[in-house]
Amino acid sequence: MSLLDVKNLSISFATPRGRLAAVRDLSFSLKAGETLALVGESGCGKSLTALALLGLLEPPAVMEGNGIFLEGRNLLTLDEPTLRSLRGSRIAMIFQEPMTALNPVLTVGEQIMEVITEHEGGGRRAARARAVALMEKVRIPDAERRFAEYPHRLSGGLRQRVMIAMALACSPAVLIADEPTTALDVTIQAQILDLIGTLKRENGTAVLFITHDLGLVGQHADRVMVMYAGRVVEERTAADLFADPLHPYTRGLIAARPGLGGSGRRERLMEIPGTVPGLGAMPVGCAFSPRCAFADDLCRSTVPTSIDQAGGRIACHHSEGIHDREPAIRRIGNS
Amino acid sequence: MTANPPSAELATPDPLLSVRDLSVRFDTAEGPVHAVDGVSFDLKAGEILGLVGESGCGKSTLARAILRLVEPRAGSISLAGSDITHLSRRQLRGVRRQVQMVFQDPYSSLAPRWTVAELLTEPLVIHGVGDRAERRRHVGDLLDKVGLPADAAQRYPHEFSGGQRQRLGIARALALDPRLVVLDEPVSALDVSVQAQILNLLVELQRQSDIAFLFISHDLSVVEYLSDRVAVMYLGQIVEIADRDSLWRHPSHPYTRALLQAIPGNPPPSADDALKIEGDLPSPIAPPPGCRFHTRCPYAEQRCRIDNPALRTVAPGHQAACHLMRLS
Repeated sequence: MSLLDVKNLSISFATPRGRLAAVRDLSFSLKAGETLALVGESGCGKSLTALALLGLLEPPAVMEGNGIFLEGRNLLTLDEPTLRSLRGSRIAMIFQEPMTALNPVLTVGEQIMEVITEHEGGGRRAARARAVALMEKVRIPDAERRFAEYPHRLSGGLRQRVMIAMALACSPAVLIADEPTTALDVTIQAQILDLIGTLKRENGTAVLFITHDLGLVGQHADRVMVMYAGRVVEERTAADLFADPLHPYTRGLIAARPGLGGSGRRERLMEIPGTVPGLGAMPVGCAFSPRCAFADDLCRSTVPTSIDQAGGRIACHHSEGIHDREPAIRRIGNS
Repeated sequence: MTANPPSAELATPDPLLSVRDLSVRFDTAEGPVHAVDGVSFDLKAGEILGLVGESGCGKSTLARAILRLVEPRAGSISLAGSDITHLSRRQLRGVRRQVQMVFQDPYSSLAPRWTVAELLTEPLVIHGVGDRAERRRHVGDLLDKVGLPADAAQRYPHEFSGGQRQRLGIARALALDPRLVVLDEPVSALDVSVQAQILNLLVELQRQSDIAFLFISHDLSVVEYLSDRVAVMYLGQIVEIADRDSLWRHPSHPYTRALLQAIPGNPPPSADDALKIEGDLPSPIAPPPGCRFHTRCPYAEQRCRIDNPALRTVAPGHQAACHLMRLS
């Protein structure tokens, strides 16, 4: 059963020059116990999507679509008090920089307790015991003592564990993790991603994992959506995506990354020429066409629709013939 | 505390850069921080040495100490055979021609009100290189070298994208034709697609000349791609240094093994080899006694808690500092 169903979500900004679309026609569903990765470079709309799912977008951002269904209830039609009660209890989020999301003048234990009492009520003593138990669950060593620490006294890794404890306090159905390890060192990153994976398996939580790092996706996601300039260009299982990416942008991202694309030492990496277009300067047709080696007149005039292909969905006019156009990149995934 | 002794093996003929027992200490309100503590290594002309480690390990401080942007407390730095550790600011000028630095955030290291031409000629003016016409030609050459159009010269840093700004940072570092460029996380702030452009540029530059790079990064995939040799730092000390292939195939220090396994898509060869290190980096203000890694090391035994191991040779060109490694 899918816990989260997003249907044709679009997000735009109202500006004096008119509407600027930042996310276009996004549809996906997320099942219990599944990790879906949303991958893209800065400005592609991935973090905006996260805020929309939590009902946290504020003007001038405008959200439209055929629904965001969380356990069957359409968030687009709910009032703010109802949304607030769902946030934290049924859908929760962890952010890249826990320091900015934590209250600096409250101890971390009190902040976890606050989430519990707000959503579940109950006495302080019970809430305190739950908070300590949650801190232990996210493997914070010496939880009883750390309960009384202020956020700035903790390391980045421990702060992120506190955020996870808060997010999990009310056993949400859906957890959104927006770049949860980007600010952390590599050994700590591994610990946090393993923790999220373990908690997901134990509780059947559905995880939307937002990241710019395609490298993290292979080990930590079941399915992947690659986003470019506000649209999902490819959605596949993680295994399929790495074995044979079919959208030119995905292929470029993989081949550009040392260690993923199979380039040997100082062998020329594949470059994606140019930069991501700005919101006000979206190309007509496929947004990737100005940077794409295969773009033709069709690409420059018509936005490709998402079609079912290779067990996933791809939005490219030429993805079906991609191997004839670019045989050299087949070594991807074989290395 | 045991310093890492320079071994006979480090003394290859005429290294471009030779660092011996280098220590940097900062005095903070909470006490002295030994940011760099007894570091020794050599860098040959034309070589790329990757320097990896997690935040707070001292890698950026080490880089700044090599450029004398922070003052070392002990030890020595030699460039092409001459000791630069105690040169005065004035005497350092000559050295600055030979050693340049590229920073993570090119924007904050480029003066916003200067045109690109001004930014690129400033080092030439300071060092009295060429006349106006020659400098102008040189700007054109530099822009071409880093893959920017000639008309970039009259524009300002804010008019460029992040990747182009990093090209500018590199062009400025190359202006005086240095023999060594220290790059501190030069691609960390860039998107993947742009990162590849900068990495390709660095490879090209290194191929065209015998310029040496000290390449500092937390990203091991990038370091593996670029480096001839790699040094791993932990809490102010080098715990392992080796040729890239030797380090990747036979990592000897448990910390190096954990780092390599933490690379996404780089699982351990077997479940027995899986090495998950627990806990956080200890505070550099109060580093653990003995081996600094022992608080997180699954293999630590009594002597690790008492004696800080020195670097020992495990294979030709490969040294590591661990009491428990098997010497082959």
